Amino acid sequence: MYAQMIKSEATKEDPEMLAAFQARIDAGEKIEPKDWMPEGYRKTLIRQIGQHAHSEIVGQLPEGNWITRAPTLERKANLLAKVQDEAGHGLYLYCAAETLGVSRDELTEMLLDGRMKYSSIFNYPTLTWADMGAVGWLVDGAAIMNQVPLQRTSYGPYARAMVRICKEESFHQRQGFHVMMAMVKGTKDQKRMAQDALNRFWYPALMMFGPSDKDSVHSAQNMAWKIKMNTNDELRQKFVDETVPQAEYLGLTVPDDTLNWNEETGHYNFAEPDWSEFFDVVKGNGPCNTDRINTRQKAWDAGKWVREAMVAHAEKKRARDSRSVRP
Amino acid sequence: MTAPKEWPLWEVFIRGQHGMSHRHVGSLHAVDAEHAIRNARDVYTRRNEGVSIWVVEAAQITASNPSKKGPLYDPAKDKVYRHPTFYDIPEEVGKM
Ligand SMILES: [Fe+2]
Ligand SMILES: [Fe+2]
Ligand SMILES: [Fe+2]
Repeated sequence: MYAQMIKSEATKEDPEMLAAFQARIDAGEKIEPKDWMPEGYRKTLIRQIGQHAHSEIVGQLPEGNWITRAPTLERKANLLAKVQDEAGHGLYLYCAAETLGVSRDELTEMLLDGRMKYSSIFNYPTLTWADMGAVGWLVDGAAIMNQVPLQRTSYGPYARAMVRICKEESFHQRQGFHVMMAMVKGTKDQKRMAQDALNRFWYPALMMFGPSDKDSVHSAQNMAWKIKMNTNDELRQKFVDETVPQAEYLGLTVPDDTLNWNEETGHYNFAEPDWSEFFDVVKGNGPCNTDRINTRQKAWDAGKWVREAMVAHAEKKRARDSRSVRP
Repeated sequence: MTAPKEWPLWEVFIRGQHGMSHRHVGSLHAVDAEHAIRNARDVYTRRNEGVSIWVVEAAQITASNPSKKGPLYDPAKDKVYRHPTFYDIPEEVGKM
């Protein structure tokens, strides 16, 4: 998902404290920043919320790529608003992570030097305008699948950030689907572009949920802590079940020959993505990994003088104001 | 690579509608109060969520200690007579 393969950190606290903590979570209580929490819980959350935040921020790049080339002023305004929301999502989440004792600059540095990851999906390029449709429809659609249950996660600041984010996501997916609808009703070439976008984004979207984690120890701990709410396979299945009929409505073909409806289970059977490609992308070898990090690095470096000048200006203003109070 | 100074953290409170109290919505970084208000406008009110914004530097907030929850709130728990339902009023008196 936006947070993929989050390893849980081992915790070696007093068993009684741990049991009391688990009891609070089991009772549905929210854990707040100043409450006692196991070190493993804190560290795992920093990793997960940080990765989620980085995904929102890096996730602006593939769509930002098309803002100046949107086909109409209306589409441009829609896309701009959508990308601005993603910046907001990144900011809500960074603040939630900061309540756990990590600073904003540390988080940024960990993204830039590769200690922290962002979702694999944003390492794929957006080649045509139809990709703006596919991204909103599929990528934000997949994000919603995982973010909706996270509104009930045990860590208060994270849960509250997710509530805000979920309120805004539905617009993202709908504007994407709207772009797809216009494309499939357009010329033959436009419909071909829409199909091509679906072909390229289908499997990367399925990868967003991460590899099967049925037997993972980390998932079990993270689920007990209510940091992770569903297994990756559950969410992936839910995504396929909701998305296939939408593709049918558009008259597009999901690029999976094995896809079929299973009467017995009441779910679609579908092909798994190529997990070796996924691990390769996570390792840094996707089509856009280098480009994405370079772009963020450039923004960080080029913004340095602005960050410093803002501080200097505020200090000067403060000094001037305090002088004017004293006669 | 490290910036010399991180912008301070501000807590943001928004009045959703006229007549409501301000409510905490989240936090952000800004160099001063004016900058914080501007950022809050972009980060927290992109869809008409508010009619008024307050910002407070996070360092200025004093919070109660969560481990003192007991001594702080327990004394209120056994004072049920502070609630109207404690007092039985006969039905013939009517609505009260
Ligand atoms: Fe988002
Ligand atoms: Fe997103
Ligand atoms: Fe989104």
